[in-house]
Amino acid sequence: MQITVNREPRKITGANLSTTLTELGFTSPAIATALNGVFVAAADRDTTTLRQNDKLEILSPMQGG
Amino acid sequence: MNFYGTEISSPLLMGTAQYPSPAVLVDAIKGSRTEIITVSLRRETASGQGDGFWNIVKSLGCHILPNTAGCHSAQEAITTAQMARDIFGTNWIKLEVIGHADSLQPDVFGLIEAAGVLAADGFQVFPYTTDDLIVGEKLVAAGCEILMPWGAPIGSGQGLRCPDALRAMRGHFPDIPLIIDAGIGRPSHAMQAMELGYDAVLLNTAIAKAGDPAAMARAMAAALEAGKIGYLADPIEPRDMAVPSTPLLGKADLA
Repeated sequence: MQITVNREPRKITGANLSTTLTELGFTSPAIATALNGVFVAAADRDTTTLRQNDKLEILSPMQGG
Repeated sequence: MNFYGTEISSPLLMGTAQYPSPAVLVDAIKGSRTEIITVSLRRETASGQGDGFWNIVKSLGCHILPNTAGCHSAQEAITTAQMARDIFGTNWIKLEVIGHADSLQPDVFGLIEAAGVLAADGFQVFPYTTDDLIVGEKLVAAGCEILMPWGAPIGSGQGLRCPDALRAMRGHFPDIPLIIDAGIGRPSHAMQAMELGYDAVLLNTAIAKAGDPAAMARAMAAALEAGKIGYLADPIEPRDMAVPSTPLLGKADLA
């Protein structure tokens, strides 16, 4: 199915958020996720399923003021 | 001083952005002896670019204060705070809800709304706010135990634009830790904040964009220390007229 990852269209086969992150190469433990604007905790990624046209945001630590 | 149950001795909170290199950032933070540094969340790449920065931050041993910089609505800020807690493992959040893209003025209505939701969810909120007393009261009522009024617009380096309003805020909230967040440009500005009785200063650009960030970080720390000692030493009040400091008694008649 096709989803949007950090604004980029991506094709995935993953059944849930955890496997999708691995499939897309986001393997760092220091990431946080939101699906369609709603926060998904790391502990809930295994049970979070994705649907066509979902919007996934993957964030990581960055410099900030 | 005590921030949400954590004892903090340094009155300098430092941002981590805009440094010319990671090595300069590390030097500046170590030289300033700051105990709290701010960080943000931005989009990750599959190459794991956030990892390198995160490893540097962890090595510094400072308390992490994640921010919600760039959020323009309460909901955006709430979601960002939740994501920050998931990564950084802290309930601290520097809550920014921005009203204008050009002035970066806080949207205090969205700020109060987000602060209430986050405090109820166990967050310990450091709100970036204005010097408005009523807004401060509502933030405290929402669960904030710290207030962070701006001194001037973010990154402007103008110093304390409204010292009278900041003095009034200090008087109105005698028991709430007050931190000047944004607008500091020079050590004298930081010192002035402490002379007004503020507990700390949060700054980024003034150090990161200085010609010698490590030296400026030390200068800021020294100025904050001097300002704090001066405030505690109970300074004199200004007068309109001159008052001779040398005694008149015993002056020779040489006219």
